[in-house]
Amino acid sequence: MPAILLDGWLFIAPVIVASNLVKRFGNLVAVDNISFTVEEGEIFGFLGPNGAGKTTAMKMIQCVSPGSGGKLTVFGMDVNTEQRKIKRLIGVVPQENNFDPDFTVYENLLVYSRYFDIPRRDAEKTISELLDFVQLDEKKDTMIEHLSGGMKRRLILARALVNRSRLLILDEPTVGLDPQARHLIWDRIRKLQAQGSTIVLTTHYLEEAARLCDRLVIMDSGKILVEGKPDELVRDYIGTEIVEVQNGPEAVACLDRIAAKYETIGDMIQVYTDDPQKVANALLEECRPGHVVARKATLEDVFLKLTGRKLRE
Amino acid sequence: MYLEIPQLTGSVWKVWLRNRDVFMKTFRVNFIPPFIQPLLYLLAIGFGVGTFVNTVDGMPYPKFIAPAIIATGIMNSSFFECTFATYVRMYFQKTFDAIIATPLSIEEVIVGELLWGATRSTIDTILMLPVLAAFGVLEFPQSLLVIPFAFIGGFLFATIAMCFTAITPNIDSLNYPSFLFVTPMFLFSGTFFPLSLLPQPVQYMALAVLPLTHVVIIVRSFTTATLSGMVLLSLGWIVLVSLLFFLLSVNLMKRRLIA
Repeated sequence: MPAILLDGWLFIAPVIVASNLVKRFGNLVAVDNISFTVEEGEIFGFLGPNGAGKTTAMKMIQCVSPGSGGKLTVFGMDVNTEQRKIKRLIGVVPQENNFDPDFTVYENLLVYSRYFDIPRRDAEKTISELLDFVQLDEKKDTMIEHLSGGMKRRLILARALVNRSRLLILDEPTVGLDPQARHLIWDRIRKLQAQGSTIVLTTHYLEEAARLCDRLVIMDSGKILVEGKPDELVRDYIGTEIVEVQNGPEAVACLDRIAAKYETIGDMIQVYTDDPQKVANALLEECRPGHVVARKATLEDVFLKLTGRKLRE
Repeated sequence: MYLEIPQLTGSVWKVWLRNRDVFMKTFRVNFIPPFIQPLLYLLAIGFGVGTFVNTVDGMPYPKFIAPAIIATGIMNSSFFECTFATYVRMYFQKTFDAIIATPLSIEEVIVGELLWGATRSTIDTILMLPVLAAFGVLEFPQSLLVIPFAFIGGFLFATIAMCFTAITPNIDSLNYPSFLFVTPMFLFSGTFFPLSLLPQPVQYMALAVLPLTHVVIIVRSFTTATLSGMVLLSLGWIVLVSLLFFLLSVNLMKRRLIA
């Protein structure tokens, strides 16, 4: 277990420790020698373009995809030997909803509780609490096909909690949801963290990652490119602000003159800076560009800078 | 490595229970075919074609084919449960993915599916018996032995079916074993005419590679109350082949689902 009492001191051991983790599918290296640590009670994010290896890493943590190399422990237990014990303690929200379409909302949770050996009476109590938590009590007897996309995601979050899991693995928890549904899920994820859960999530929504994650990694081609706190990553890799200006030889010459750090993206130039005023002024006064926009730098800028702008299929 | 013995726990029954719960939700649809099918076969082939047949092996034709109808039912129930129905759960509903995120292992999921397939054969057999009994083509009480045997026979076809499911590239390809394996068995396993009518080498072939042959031998010996040593031989064949395909199916499925 994560807490170790030694000489009267309480040491909190990490919930997940991965060192030099590798996963190969034939010739493809899906996870290429990654190491990371997830501490108890934090929200840890995995970001990356499609095919970066995020989902594979999630599947390794949930003990359903044996590694090809390296070491991975969850709650101090090895994923290769203690799958059953680990799986008893974790809750999983898969990327694709996988309910039993023949069952109602309530029956889905009840049948799922049975896989964890939860006595029926306890399960019934937990399920009514959970349906309340995800605001689905009124849909208790509804068949799955009659739920909206947002309701399904809320239900699958409830299902991941039937075993009172202490580690939650959320693979794109808000994919395809409208803003209202997304905010409700975010709110619930924060509540769960406040109640002491450790949460690992993957997402394509950089805003979501910036809002939720205490720490995150950005992956590409199976490797971890960077790790850190969202705001620190933005500061370290981009600066606090971005000035966007129309691309043209004049603008380029001007930026070179003031030794700005910039990047050309199609017909636009992005200038990374901590002093947008100075850059904007220089541009406006000296080279009359088409238009100039100053905005705050975001995690999305870091993401695109590190993983490039090429489409991933 | 294809014959590795799986490590199982009692959780296997949780998968069985899940399938039973779904079955009970849709029981109205599930209970009709086992009533109708034996009726149609018995009327069309037993009493229709049967008017041109005097006796087979000394018994009236409907009595000769009644066990074949049961044996075919045993085969169809578990074979189609563990091919098409299992494939739908595995691939389209992602039910297995949902279950292996809990303490259950993929091996336990597959074994639960196999046991459920065998159970479907048993349920269908229980439903078929009264229909056939109403026409007086079954000897009692020996015919009641068919019920426990349906589970054994059903398990045999479940394990074979699961191997096809494990290697099929898509759901449409499951039609191949249905047409090339199940249909020939339905016709050439001593079902509607005795094996002895076939040329000797073909007879041996049927005994060696058509599982339904052995199921028909055993069911017929029960429903006609003519138990013989042949029953033990066929039972031995079934147990050995079931064991082989059981190990093969679990390992093939594991390979397919846990890359």
